[in-house]
Amino acid sequence: MSDLQPSSSAKPDKAAAARRQFFADAGRLACGAGLLGLGLGLYAKQARALPPAALRPPGAGGESDFLGACIRCGLCVRDCPYGTLSLARPEEPIATGTPYFLARQVPCEMCEDIPCVKACPTGALDHGLTDINEARMGLAVLLDQETCLNFLGLRCDVCYRVCPVIDKAITLELRPNTRTGRHTMFIPTVHSDHCTGCGKCERSCVLETAAIKVLPIALAKGQLGQHYRVGWEEQRKAGHSLVEDKGLGDLPDRIPESAPLEGHYDPASQGGPSLAPGKAATPDSGVDSLSPRLPGADAHSAGLPAMPQNIPGGGLPNRLSDEAAR
Amino acid sequence: MSGFLAPRFAEARAAKGWLGAHRWLLLRRLSQLGILALFLLGPLAGLWLVKGNLSYSLTLDVLPLTDPLLALQVLLSGHRPERLALLGAAIVLVFYALVGGRVYCAWVCPMNLVTDLAGWLRERLGLKGSAHISRRARYWILALTLLLPLAGAGLAWELVNPVSLLHRGLIFGLGTAWTVVLGIFLLDLLVMSRGWCGHLCPMGAFYGLLGRGSLLRVSARRRSNCNDCMDCFAVCPEPQVIRPALKGEGAGVGPVILASACTNCGRCIDVCAKDVFVFGNRFNQHTPSNDPAGKAGR
Ligand code: SF4
Ligand code: SF4
Ligand code: SF4
Ligand code: SF4
Ligand code: SF4
Repeated sequence: MSDLQPSSSAKPDKAAAARRQFFADAGRLACGAGLLGLGLGLYAKQARALPPAALRPPGAGGESDFLGACIRCGLCVRDCPYGTLSLARPEEPIATGTPYFLARQVPCEMCEDIPCVKACPTGALDHGLTDINEARMGLAVLLDQETCLNFLGLRCDVCYRVCPVIDKAITLELRPNTRTGRHTMFIPTVHSDHCTGCGKCERSCVLETAAIKVLPIALAKGQLGQHYRVGWEEQRKAGHSLVEDKGLGDLPDRIPESAPLEGHYDPASQGGPSLAPGKAATPDSGVDSLSPRLPGADAHSAGLPAMPQNIPGGGLPNRLSDEAAR
Repeated sequence: MSGFLAPRFAEARAAKGWLGAHRWLLLRRLSQLGILALFLLGPLAGLWLVKGNLSYSLTLDVLPLTDPLLALQVLLSGHRPERLALLGAAIVLVFYALVGGRVYCAWVCPMNLVTDLAGWLRERLGLKGSAHISRRARYWILALTLLLPLAGAGLAWELVNPVSLLHRGLIFGLGTAWTVVLGIFLLDLLVMSRGWCGHLCPMGAFYGLLGRGSLLRVSARRRSNCNDCMDCFAVCPEPQVIRPALKGEGAGVGPVILASACTNCGRCIDVCAKDVFVFGNRFNQHTPSNDPAGKAGR
């Protein structure tokens, strides 16, 4: 207070006191507001972590963008004809007032006209999304291979059959059932380039607790190292092998010469591959080289333990022809 | 004002009757509850005249109304809203800029029902002592609500905003939001007189600033009739706004209440037995003392 006057009159003193009071008040308020802000900021940061089970409606961007764009009006909730969406209540671990859905309860039915997005006044649900197949609400993952009925060798297939993007988002990949030694397992396999995360598979999984679940994409997806290249894809793009004829050194084999491994392609071995390399490289037939117990003619002839012949229903040749008939 | 059931504002009642002494209060409750009812008609009766909540609503599928403070927070968080949200915000901004920003507080906000109840009960129970926090605190909190989205925290205030927690809760499911509302009620009742709406709420602060130049204003037009019963001060949620207009004659201050904190609730009009206050426009500074027509109009 440099302008404090050394006068004896009460007025400037009073003014100065009032000014002091003002600054003291302002200081207190600023501190209070600052503390409040700090607390709120921390709370907001915590609220930004969406629990994995909660999915955002179609067209929602990343979580922190969405929390800055969504005005919490609930118009998307109102215009969803299937009652899929709700606004989070304070006791739920989702930013209060924002729309979400739980796939296991009510999944998204992937409306062709996407009314939830159209209703959103702020564009928190991106109006650029006009084809629901482009939505990425999450990514289905077959999480539990121990309880999934198809992994147990049965034919449940429900998640596959209910998928609105069947045969693209989810396929059944054939694998030999090594437990029975004679059947095929139909493994539900999700493909991230088509899965919209609608949650219908999780909703319909027949187990008490779904074995397949839709997760936030960031949680569900792995990421290759930036410098990784998938050899066969590079080969397909180039139209020819990128390593053959490049004079790459042959690494020493770590198995005895006398024990040839069926399906193992050793470029330097005398007789060449026992399986066509092209065949071994295609994913759907790749199983041949992986499972020595596979009851195939190759395994039989490779001197591996023969499959029991006294199983009801006939010997190996019969069973082989059974399989072939399917 | 002893005794729980002792009649309040007896003078006004004697002069104007119960109805006359509660006219604006009744209209205001009608407005608050009517607006709430319109919002509830959809979820409760399937009649979707209005969809959404006070953050954003769409009426009859044509009229968008957006909370401008929320729209501002969205903009500050770096997102450009779609046309409807912007249009809704513009409509609301213009409306309240004309009729008085805090008309939202007195005539629309559901929290006002809660804080008015707390204020009423506080007086009835004769609870005195009140914590002192400056009425300017709300502007700091307002600044905070705008800083947080700027700092990348999204619409952080909406995580705790009692107004939207209550209104959204009533329409979409309250959950534990009632605890926040109860907290505000207890704050106003036990800790601070008019604590929330009069000191802390950033929405009230925002709407107050918005209505700084509003046309519709209460005027102490017949201030020369004032008999110093102080009933208007007792009933007003922002009593500091009254003095300049009511007592400013000597200092050459006009009779119009220009302070932006006035909520245009009209309670002062109700409780004044002498009919000092009227609604008018901000430029109408004349008083019966400079207009010999006297008490024309009433
Ligand atoms: S796409 Fe249809 S079912 Fe899915 S959330 Fe939107 S409105 Fe609801
Ligand atoms: S309609 Fe848009 S702004 Fe409103 S709650 Fe849904 S996502 Fe948020
Ligand atoms: S979430 Fe499931 S049902 Fe929906 S698209 Fe993805 S795999 Fe198909
Ligand atoms: S001050 Fe806030 S809580 Fe009170 S009536 Fe106004 S907006 Fe509602
Ligand atoms: S001055 Fe009158 S209208 Fe304004 S807030 Fe006070 S009581 Fe309400």
